[in-house]
Amino acid sequence: MLEKALVGGKRYWTWVFFLLAIIGIGFIAYLKQFTYGLGITGLSRDVSWGLYIGQFTFLVGVAASGVMLVLPYYLHNFKQFGKITILGEFLAISAVTMCILFIFVDMGQPMRIMNVILHPTPNSIMFWDALVLSVYLALNVIVGWVVLGSDRKGVAPPKWVKPLIYLSIAWAPSIHTVTAFLYAGIPGRHYWLSAIMAARFLASAFSGGPALLIILALIIRKYTKFDPGKEAIQTLGKIVTYFMITNVFFFGLEFFTAFYSGIPGHQHPFYYLFAGMDGHAELVPLMWTSIILAIVSIFILIFPAARRNESILAVASAMVFISLWIDKGFGLIIGGFVPNMFEKVTGYWPTLPETLITLGVWATGFLVLTILYKIAVSVREETAGVEIEH
Amino acid sequence: MSMNRREFLKIAGISTVVGLGGTAAFTKIRESALEAAQIAPNTLALKAKQWAMVIDMGKFKSEETIKKVINACHRIHNVPDIGNPKDEIKWIWTETYGHAFPGQEHKYMSEDMMHKPFLLLCNHCTNPACVRVCPTKATFKRKDGIVMQDMHRCIGCRFCMAACPFGARSFNYRDPRGKDANGNPFIKEENKEYPTRMIGVVEKCTFCVERIEKGLKPACVEESNGALVFGDLDDPNSEVRKILGSTYTVRRKPELGTEPNVYYVIGGNGYAIVPELL
Amino acid sequence: MKIYDGGKIFIGLVIFVALFASPFYLNMGKAIAKPELKFDTPEIQRLEKETGKKQCVEPKEFMRGGHMQMLNNWRDEVVRMGNRDQIVIAGQKFDKSLQLACMKCHSNKKDFCDKCHNYMAVNPYCWTCHIQPKEKQS
Repeated sequence: MLEKALVGGKRYWTWVFFLLAIIGIGFIAYLKQFTYGLGITGLSRDVSWGLYIGQFTFLVGVAASGVMLVLPYYLHNFKQFGKITILGEFLAISAVTMCILFIFVDMGQPMRIMNVILHPTPNSIMFWDALVLSVYLALNVIVGWVVLGSDRKGVAPPKWVKPLIYLSIAWAPSIHTVTAFLYAGIPGRHYWLSAIMAARFLASAFSGGPALLIILALIIRKYTKFDPGKEAIQTLGKIVTYFMITNVFFFGLEFFTAFYSGIPGHQHPFYYLFAGMDGHAELVPLMWTSIILAIVSIFILIFPAARRNESILAVASAMVFISLWIDKGFGLIIGGFVPNMFEKVTGYWPTLPETLITLGVWATGFLVLTILYKIAVSVREETAGVEIEH
Repeated sequence: MSMNRREFLKIAGISTVVGLGGTAAFTKIRESALEAAQIAPNTLALKAKQWAMVIDMGKFKSEETIKKVINACHRIHNVPDIGNPKDEIKWIWTETYGHAFPGQEHKYMSEDMMHKPFLLLCNHCTNPACVRVCPTKATFKRKDGIVMQDMHRCIGCRFCMAACPFGARSFNYRDPRGKDANGNPFIKEENKEYPTRMIGVVEKCTFCVERIEKGLKPACVEESNGALVFGDLDDPNSEVRKILGSTYTVRRKPELGTEPNVYYVIGGNGYAIVPELL
Repeated sequence: MKIYDGGKIFIGLVIFVALFASPFYLNMGKAIAKPELKFDTPEIQRLEKETGKKQCVEPKEFMRGGHMQMLNNWRDEVVRMGNRDQIVIAGQKFDKSLQLACMKCHSNKKDFCDKCHNYMAVNPYCWTCHIQPKEKQS
């Protein structure tokens, strides 16, 4: 099926080469980081994780969200998702690829990455995270490829993939739960030490991921002959609405506990992120943008009439996506490090090379996504009108 | 994969039998193996179940002593002076009371107490969060309680830095053997008896494990004029236990359950020694 | 039997084989001299004078092929297990240490370590951390 990615119009190739150019720039920046060290980034002794780990965390959520298409189809026989489960699975592959790359560029000694396997350490959550992510990637590659391949031939997929599909449904929440445990089990980081961290992660994943899927589905409909289906997009809109409300509710719970209890350590990260502390207010505009986008998007999405207008739905989805990207890709990580273990404030802002490397990884993910979606869409265009029970 | 001499000889022997290696080569190895190096057991090492330290702030008569203590550690361990707080590396350093014991300070404290520099270092916790999170066992707890860092194995993921509640860990953001903008090396004077580190690994205080195993106390203790006391927490007759049993001491963030093993005498007038314990 | 695009496939194969085999024919007939290691540092000469022979922690044959495994073992024993028993060579005690033992005798890294490592095209990064002795440019 890969040959489908080798034929395309001018628009397709322009996009592919544009992505390759950004990957190239990111790669050059990475070579610089490789020789100079991570000192080239905005990271410091006090804020030792930043943009890279933030993107990783956010993208694990995007990867997990594929299940929001797979689950209703396979467990509830929701037919409208039949043709687009593949979009969720392929998005997951692209997102996990980016996750792995973001971990890699964040490592001080990337050449030693195999040490994680050579010296397996079950007491480290990172060991489990590597494990669940690899398995999730494999599940999605196998399921996505086999099911699409069968669709293309017009036959039902082989029986042995069914158990793998059910496993992938159960596996999706696990990848984001384990990722949340990276943070939620650390003593002394008040912003992270919260029992509902995994729940928050899942809520934001199941709103942000489907929001991205809505936008991708609308782009596919606009530029190809494959229509993901109006009903399917509307259902995704409902999923985004419910989970975004849950997400904001969870954030409110964190806020209440910190401020009604009056415990200073629990309040400080909120002060730093939303008001600035000791002259450091780098993240304040971003964090308020996130809050405002969250509120406005929910206000739009709760009205079914507004949601039914696909242009409005697209705008609201973009708002949800950006809001969550700021909250999870930025604020969540930095908030854990500021103030530091000495209750001192050290600011953080990514540097230019760091930003270029980040863009390079995103471009790699989009390239993978483009190629996979090109294949999926080509197959769907060929087999238009044929219904196959999976 | 590792191989010791015995395994090597075994392989050499087998290959001789199957005719791969010449018998002559094998005989030669056997001959010299007979007179090969002997092992001299290390009898010098100081031993303990859990090393611990008491820092008696009252015994620091001047900031000079504190500087001497810090310099002694950083000099012998080739700790680079990067010159900016962002990339800085430190094994032992000072903070004011409010930053060393966050939440304990209040605005009516004496000026002296508020601004006094408290010495901080790795707490070599009994239940260390850094060891719990490390994905490669690059940081681990030794039998004598020291939280050790294997710089050969560290992948630089910095999970331990996120996990340590005491900010005891530093990451090599820059090449420690590099130079600053003015061409001055980060390591002013190399100690040829100790390695440096490389880019991209995490490092921290090791309680001078290389000195303890030669029968010496940590360098900071030696330089401190008695303000730092080092000993075995498990030995009721050790000096640290005598102080802990007779003086009011505190630890940093004990509520987190990591059981730090560096104790502080805050008061300032020396500790009372109970005569019958001596 | 007809091979579709046979010409293109054939040209592709030729280019692939030519590139892949390039190290062989580019270096054909060019024998590179085996490295000659020098065991004549002042420290080794002194040891020889005192004991009447040149001696290392293990026989030369073992050291040649197995020194990396041995160093690996030493590293694990010292750093990870806290076993700092010493090695006795001709009555002299040495630490299990690259920097504090090996390089004390083999103070000629350029004529010893590097020569063989370059010949074998291996690039161990021991000395990014372990400090090598000062030596004259050779």
